[in-house]
Amino acid sequence: MSVPFILFFLCALLAVAGAILLIMVREPIHSALSLILVMMSLAVLYLLLGAAFIAAVQIIVYAGAIMVLFVFVIMLLNAGTEERTDWSRIAKPMGLPLAFFLLLVIARWLSRSAIAATVANGVGAPSNEGVSTRALSMALFQQYLFPFEATSILILIALLGALILARKDE
Amino acid sequence: MSVVPISYYLVLSAILFGLGAVAVVFKRNIITIFMGIELMLNAVNLAFVAFARAHGQLDGLVFVFFVIVVAAAEAAVGLAIVIMLTKNRQSLNVERDSLLKF
Repeated sequence: MSVPFILFFLCALLAVAGAILLIMVREPIHSALSLILVMMSLAVLYLLLGAAFIAAVQIIVYAGAIMVLFVFVIMLLNAGTEERTDWSRIAKPMGLPLAFFLLLVIARWLSRSAIAATVANGVGAPSNEGVSTRALSMALFQQYLFPFEATSILILIALLGALILARKDE
Repeated sequence: MSVVPISYYLVLSAILFGLGAVAVVFKRNIITIFMGIELMLNAVNLAFVAFARAHGQLDGLVFVFFVIVVAAAEAAVGLAIVIMLTKNRQSLNVERDSLLKF
């Protein structure tokens, strides 16, 4: 076991544990904290994949901005423990077998498709050096300049939408 | 120094996506459902980065950048909708939101 393997399994374990915690806990604020755990370990995985810029953006935008927004809304709405609701009568006997059946169908389809062959053959050995932020910015501001500018309009519209939706009624 | 195979990352991505979908289906709290959506977006980002690394191309990383931007916009609008819904219904439980207009 070399260092990247240990780091990968550690972060993968943390990410899956955080995702399971997100589902299991009943307080929204605890769910938010476990989601931050998932995002942090994903940032380490991005570093492991050689994408340093994406890792930084992951921490700054996701774990920073978006999750702060979530925590802010949770506190604003004073969100308490999730209400328990009764399961429907059909869900218990039918749900699990049907979910398992769906999983089997998807797994069978995937293992026969071209994706599985590609992953198994060609895409096994990644190159050793990471992606430089310089190369990424060149692609972003030259080849993808128009989509990049279009996102600014998207963010403007989202800003206006959020303002209009959340304002007080007269 | 050996490198972790790409398929490991893809399996992890699939697991995280599945757990996000489970959160969306199972949770009753509307904010937690939103977190499930964010978790699925994160899982897709991981797959994008892994494939970009495997093919040695930048386009996947640019896509991840755009996904993060769209996720930020989506979170802002979505949480505004959550605030408005909660003002109208006094509850975060999605099962109370069975009518379009109150």
